[in-house]
Amino acid sequence: MADSLNIEELKRLAPPAELRRAPVVEGNQGLGWLTDKLSAFAEAKTPVWWWIFFIPAAFAATVIFPTCLFYQVFTGVGVWGNNHPVMWGLDIVNFIWWVGVAHAGTLISALLFLTKQHWRTTIGRMAEAMTVFSVMMAGLYPAIHVGRAWFDWFMFPVPNSNGNWPQFKSPLMWDVFAVNTYLVVSSLFWFMGMIPDFGALRDRSTTRIRKTIFSFLAMGWTGSARQWHNYEKAYVVLCGLCTLLVFTVSSIVGLDFCTAQIAGWHATIFPLYFVIGAVFCGFGMMLVLLIPLRKWCGLENIITRSHIDKVAKLALVSGLIIDYIYLMEFFIAWYSGDPYERWVFGHRLFGHTYMVLGWMLIGINVCVTQLLWFKKIRSNLLALFIIGVLINIGMWSERFVIVVGSLYQDFLPANWGKYMPTIWDIGLYIGTLGTFFMLYLLFVKFLPMIAISEVKGAMPEADPHHPLGGAKKEAGHE
Amino acid sequence: MSEKIYGLMAEFDSPAAILHAAEKIRDAGYRRWDAFTPFPIHGMDKVMKLGNSLVGWVALAGGAFMFANVAGLIWFTNAFDYPLIVGGKPMFSAPMTFVPSYIMLIMGGAVGALIGMLGLNQLPRLHHPLFAKKRFELVSRDKFIIVIGALDEKFCPVETRKLLESIGGAHVDIVEDVD
Repeated sequence: MADSLNIEELKRLAPPAELRRAPVVEGNQGLGWLTDKLSAFAEAKTPVWWWIFFIPAAFAATVIFPTCLFYQVFTGVGVWGNNHPVMWGLDIVNFIWWVGVAHAGTLISALLFLTKQHWRTTIGRMAEAMTVFSVMMAGLYPAIHVGRAWFDWFMFPVPNSNGNWPQFKSPLMWDVFAVNTYLVVSSLFWFMGMIPDFGALRDRSTTRIRKTIFSFLAMGWTGSARQWHNYEKAYVVLCGLCTLLVFTVSSIVGLDFCTAQIAGWHATIFPLYFVIGAVFCGFGMMLVLLIPLRKWCGLENIITRSHIDKVAKLALVSGLIIDYIYLMEFFIAWYSGDPYERWVFGHRLFGHTYMVLGWMLIGINVCVTQLLWFKKIRSNLLALFIIGVLINIGMWSERFVIVVGSLYQDFLPANWGKYMPTIWDIGLYIGTLGTFFMLYLLFVKFLPMIAISEVKGAMPEADPHHPLGGAKKEAGHE
Repeated sequence: MSEKIYGLMAEFDSPAAILHAAEKIRDAGYRRWDAFTPFPIHGMDKVMKLGNSLVGWVALAGGAFMFANVAGLIWFTNAFDYPLIVGGKPMFSAPMTFVPSYIMLIMGGAVGALIGMLGLNQLPRLHHPLFAKKRFELVSRDKFIIVIGALDEKFCPVETRKLLESIGGAHVDIVEDVD
């Protein structure tokens, strides 16, 4: 009796329908159904759409990419448009852009875990994969930008016959450590999260080859309480460390700029500026990846409209911070009274060489972002997809404006020049895009693209104190 | 195949069922037993008295080791072995060493967490006696299994089976040791 009274009381106190949290998974039919649903795509026959995207991506990754890479390495940086005074061109623009794409993935998977957002379980794995692949693409650029890629080992403290060492007072040196650490840590985090799911795919596998591969990957995972106990602790630790990385890696990239005395770069706001810009760009990429994949992989119940809505809201928040930073940048440039600062910022919008990119930055990152305020837009998937693509273009043009726009007209007019990317710059960018999408499609097809155990753990059925988890029946026994 | 027994396994249907069964097994005085579940069960670590996992300490050790080593490396390379004057700054100072050391602290901590997790879980391992049981494959799906090990002092094939059946375990079965 007391129980039923309590339930009545709870029903009365429950929040009204519009304030209730959306369920993590819609139309949930139990843990077994969920397991089938989440591993279905990795086990089914490869659909046609997958090939339609895979073949061009693989062409870009295996033909365009190596061609541009090898031609540049064998010939020299001269094949690019980089020349005095613009020594940092598309190579650095794309480096920052790729690092940026990576950051939202870590933010979703790590920071939202620490803040106990259950909805992130469904998109966390896809976000982590985005991080790992885009850091790979980012790391490539500085390695070849140095010009003589075979001397890359100079950047590491390797004992050598010349007796010289890296110069650790430079943020460019810190960058080497930051990007490498980011690649290693995000890969470890991604891999460790997949161990229990490899176990699930191993147990479901029907062919011998699948069984062997997933048995090796699962490394003998049994899912015992002792294993989960250590696993959960390791997961929390990794989440904490990854969250630190979100705020560190792009800060260090920002330091590369703000320690230089170039007008337009020499500002203390840069570390924060780059972190938030990175996160904003990454949420745009997340929208671009999630919206088509949830439909084509039959995951509309799992990655619900409510999740997409939340990603869009996060994009809006980071976009608003970016807008504030733009405002401050222009204000400080004017307020400083420094003629060079004023010149650079004036020319971002009104200099005839790159004003198109400057207005793209304002038009997309400031104006288009405001559309995300409206619930109508946030529930329109096509609109969100287009906004996602635009955010990526907007952030790319922001990087271009910062890097090239500050370099091409510095203190001495005798030192002015222009920068135009060559076909090899553009080809390499297309190659990295192709490689990214190729790796992503392979991940979606062959690995558990959604964290099976985590999603199951976020269900009410998984809570031993919830009626669906069997709690009431047990209470009846006592 | 030898007839050595690894333990007795019993299957449960819900997280609450296995949690209550685990409480009863603990109260019956068993020590060498484990619960196999598709996801971590809230409260299971308390029932099993697992305490605090040591993984955090392994990660801390890894992080501290890397931090100290990279700080030392920077001192050795830039201040001792080949003193490098850059912009009239001191050869060695906290601000310049902090960033790379801190970054490598994160690296050390992450590697420590993964290695600690695998080491404490005795992974990777190529085989486990439970992998021979067909029903064990359901653990990664929607079933919850408790195994009481034959090495437990209180283990008795008859009594333990009775206990597992009395607390609601289905498909109680002997797990053979493969070695």
